[in-house]
Amino acid sequence: MTKINKLNPESGNLVRCAVVGDLPRIIELDKQISGLDKPDYWQESFRRFGGAQDGRYFLVAEKDGQIAGFIVGEIRAWEFGSPPGGWVFSLTVDPDTRLGGIATDMFNTICDCFRKAGVDKVHTMTDRDNITVMAFFRSQGMMAGRSIPLEMDLSDGEASS
Amino acid sequence: MKLQRSSRLALYSVLELAARPDEQLSASEIAAKFDVSLNHLAKVLRDLGRARMVEAVRGAGGGYRFCGNARRTTLKNVVEIFEPITLHDAQGYEPGDKTEFGASLAVVLGEIDDIALATLDSITLETMLKLTDRVQRQGPSSQKK
Repeated sequence: MTKINKLNPESGNLVRCAVVGDLPRIIELDKQISGLDKPDYWQESFRRFGGAQDGRYFLVAEKDGQIAGFIVGEIRAWEFGSPPGGWVFSLTVDPDTRLGGIATDMFNTICDCFRKAGVDKVHTMTDRDNITVMAFFRSQGMMAGRSIPLEMDLSDGEASS
Repeated sequence: MKLQRSSRLALYSVLELAARPDEQLSASEIAAKFDVSLNHLAKVLRDLGRARMVEAVRGAGGGYRFCGNARRTTLKNVVEIFEPITLHDAQGYEPGDKTEFGASLAVVLGEIDDIALATLDSITLETMLKLTDRVQRQGPSSQKK
């Protein structure tokens, strides 16, 4: 069990484990950013990654008592041959609170969790048109990794035998 | 990827100035550090001035200073002042482009262009300054792993 409750005295942001009561605000924030309402996805995501499970982290950031963002990640081992490492696969911040250090506090906290769990590399993946998020991750020191994501339209039927 | 000399010099100049926001640096100081001609640098600084990234401070102790926003200005913003950052298929017709191999080569080169563009557009001057500190502390080879 990994209980997380970390206040950054400089920014005033509190980063803690998400609880089930946070889900409506998480769903609302995601809808605000993505334009998609995905309550089932976030309930399933909370079931899988919430609840302070070892190696799985679903964290929220509070600013002035209001949830201003969330981050989700886990430790994955030997995915595509990579040694165990942390993966961040969701990061959302309320646009009204941007430039308040919320994403930085959440990212630093989840990186601390990864370090304490014994891994020394953090990975993420983002759409290359999502410059805001990519610029944030780069500002934290992230660089292009060794893995290159590849994809193919299955409708083309190219992989048929 | 290879940038034109003016683009590289512009990046070096804005980074040098952004790293020392409380100082004004003379063109000759910058030219000496990067071992370039003063004439070439003067032209680059003039173009950066027109783009409102640097400003000249006149008088004793005058020089140039960075006047943009290092958290917002990306490498792409600087480079595109000096050279077009165009995708492969926008660079005009090349012999063979209309053949079947030309078409598939365009797909591959387009993939490379897209990644290069996204990289330049997502790295701000502030991020570059942090990267510079890290490279200085750890050595350049550590960044290639």
